[in-house]
Amino acid sequence: MSLDPSLVSTSSPSIIEARRQLEICNACRYCEGYCSVFPAMMRDAVHGVAELTHLANLCHNCRGCHYSCQYAAPHAFALNLPAALAEVRQASWERHLRPAILVKIFQEGWTATVVTMLAATAALYAAASLRGADASAPFYDKLPHTWMVAFFLPAVVLPIVAVAAGLRSYWRETCGDRMALSAVMAATRSVARMTNLACGHGEGCNYEKGDRYSNARRFAHQAVLVGFLLCFLATASATVMHYLFQWPAPYGFGSPPKILGVTGGVLLVLGSAAMILLKRRADPDLGSRRVLRGEYAFICLVGLTALSGSALTFASGTDPSKALLAFHLGCVATLFLTLPFTKMVHGAFRLATLIIEAQKAHPKDDQGGSS
Amino acid sequence: MGRRTPRPEGPWDIVIVGGGNAALCAALTAAEAGRSVLILEAAPESYRGGNSRHTRNFRCMHRQPMSVLTETYGEEEYFDDLRVVTKGETDETLARLVIRETEECLPWMRRHGVHFQPSLSGTLSLSRTNAFFLGGGKALVNAYYNVARDLGVSVVYEARVDHVHIEGDRAIGVDVSVAGAAARRIAARAVVLASGGFQSDLDWLTRAWGPAAANFLIRGTPHNRGVVLKNMIDQGCPSVGDPTQCHCVAIDGRAPKFDGGICTRLDCVPFSIVVNRDGDRFYDEGEDTWPKRYAIWGRLVAAQPDQIGFSIIDSKSTDLFMPSVFPPIRADDIEELAEKLGLDPVRLGRTVAAFNAACQDGRFHPTERDGLTTIGLDPPKSNWARPIDTPPYFAYQLRPGVTFTYLGLKVDTTARVEGPHGRLANVWAAGEIMAGSILGRGYLAGFGMAIGTVFGRIAGREAAAHVA
Repeated sequence: MSLDPSLVSTSSPSIIEARRQLEICNACRYCEGYCSVFPAMMRDAVHGVAELTHLANLCHNCRGCHYSCQYAAPHAFALNLPAALAEVRQASWERHLRPAILVKIFQEGWTATVVTMLAATAALYAAASLRGADASAPFYDKLPHTWMVAFFLPAVVLPIVAVAAGLRSYWRETCGDRMALSAVMAATRSVARMTNLACGHGEGCNYEKGDRYSNARRFAHQAVLVGFLLCFLATASATVMHYLFQWPAPYGFGSPPKILGVTGGVLLVLGSAAMILLKRRADPDLGSRRVLRGEYAFICLVGLTALSGSALTFASGTDPSKALLAFHLGCVATLFLTLPFTKMVHGAFRLATLIIEAQKAHPKDDQGGSS
Repeated sequence: MGRRTPRPEGPWDIVIVGGGNAALCAALTAAEAGRSVLILEAAPESYRGGNSRHTRNFRCMHRQPMSVLTETYGEEEYFDDLRVVTKGETDETLARLVIRETEECLPWMRRHGVHFQPSLSGTLSLSRTNAFFLGGGKALVNAYYNVARDLGVSVVYEARVDHVHIEGDRAIGVDVSVAGAAARRIAARAVVLASGGFQSDLDWLTRAWGPAAANFLIRGTPHNRGVVLKNMIDQGCPSVGDPTQCHCVAIDGRAPKFDGGICTRLDCVPFSIVVNRDGDRFYDEGEDTWPKRYAIWGRLVAAQPDQIGFSIIDSKSTDLFMPSVFPPIRADDIEELAEKLGLDPVRLGRTVAAFNAACQDGRFHPTERDGLTTIGLDPPKSNWARPIDTPPYFAYQLRPGVTFTYLGLKVDTTARVEGPHGRLANVWAAGEIMAGSILGRGYLAGFGMAIGTVFGRIAGREAAAHVA
């Protein structure tokens, strides 16, 4: 209950609007069963910035609450909780990730992503050309392994450090407790099943079909997620083969990197294509409109990375292979370089939030947990 | 399924006036029987569903645990609950019909896209008797409209019906004005009336209640103006019920005039003292648990001068009830609170002091009748009587909030409407427009949706059989 007026001032417009809407939600509670946001909302009588940030990152934008809302516009209360929480969520990433200006540039537009991708491609193409290798040359004649490691190691490590620092800052703001193993398990289960896109009844969310439910986005998202993990495993297995077994690339179709990579690539291509189609059908006013272009850019980048990787698999030994390789590696480099600034960070913040939520929902489970 | 869709002017097998739960249950049932169905909904699409969009549960008989409902809830217990709240003013035959049919309705609702969730927090006392809709009534309405569309039911929004053409004992069609255009006639072989009560016609409310009605708030849709109800009564159809009887609860006085819905309700009364404009208490705030008493407070406040009340708590009680959407008025002492509320500080101070002096020590238990009663106070507070003595103090303004009126059309067990000279041959009614046939006074949570669902299905089935 909002009995404490001291909390209401000194907040940004997005925080004030989200708080206004949640006070109405908290007095209604019809949507209690849709997702984790409402039970979490009911835990606190007063919602400060920390609680609102937690709720905003817990929201998976399933939109179930909005299509059921008796107070949505044109009602005078004009509730649009998915959009209100999306704004708070965006703001929280811009607050915790550094440099904030890059977060804003990459989230709000597509230009920065495209420029990075072209620059990375050009640099890698130039590097490959310097070697002067011909198309039929073995894989590492085009781009030597040591060069690639020298380029990709910092390109991967630095962004990960930036995201880790942002998560640490976020964790301090919204939680502060030590991480409990049971909560990590619960959060992992939630991600694996994408529980919060099931709308409580399992028929999925209100995304691309208006007030009808659909699991399309839930499945498309998991295709991207699993595809990404498989591609990551492909790279990891190749690294093991390279260093432990002295078995350098290229690998044949029956090898672990190829099996994992091709499967993952196909899932990524299909998943990201589906995500784009669904997004085109969804109502843009139920999310943060200002980041719509950045979101499209990110999904396209994921899709192009997978598409070029898959093409590469079949194009070995042909002339465009060098350009294609540079383009694919340019996409991969962009994906990692821009990790802290694109929609990619939602995964890290979402997982952290689900862990925090599991701890808050069952505080006793903390006993015996490890950090 | 469904016959070929007729031209807009008909003739339709079945024209349904109204677009809420009862109308949709009738439409789905009739369309599944293969009839062509036209729904004329007065509201625009964004506000479709009448009062159903504000509902949240369905009171359901069950002889064994079913869906989200625990234990059992039999016909006799259900009817006893109804008899208590209506003080016997109910038609036992129709009431028992509704009660018995609810058990079959719940699986039907699920088959037609309605999802249920366990009892909402703060309403645990209803987990045995009432099944809550996941997402509330608007989610239910959306589900039914989607099924209706899949079945080929035609829906026209912003369609205001102002006349039902009755010749002899038959309806031949209705006059409808769409989006403010001139009225035209639509021909129908059968007509189902499910257009709600008249509570949003403030002139009619004033005729029934006198000037006090000006201070009433309407909790639901502004589109239930009773136009068709009045049209039928004007054509000689007998009505049932008293025009002053309605589902009326005490809600926050700052609620909007229409459509405030659930979040304007106040659950703090049992933990408070309630005073009127003059600073005096007027009823036992702790008579019984809130779910059993919330529906009497609208009438209690309506009977006070200026139709206003003030529920006052101290800081001991702030976490005992669900938050209201409006923040309470807050003050550090009773005099300051009285000034902020526009009450006489001396009188309010005296009322609070008298109440505090009548409180006694004992075990306080917020969720059950704890017997913590005042001594020597009139009116008493029979439970949860703790002194109002711990600042800061908080107050909520109470106004009567009308959900729906009970005056309605008289129907029989087949939902057939009684005409000037006996039953009409092809007119059925369902939902709030005929709820007065069952509810003479009082209210039981989740019973409105029970009446609408049961009678909507009966009306759809009977109308479909009639035009077969």
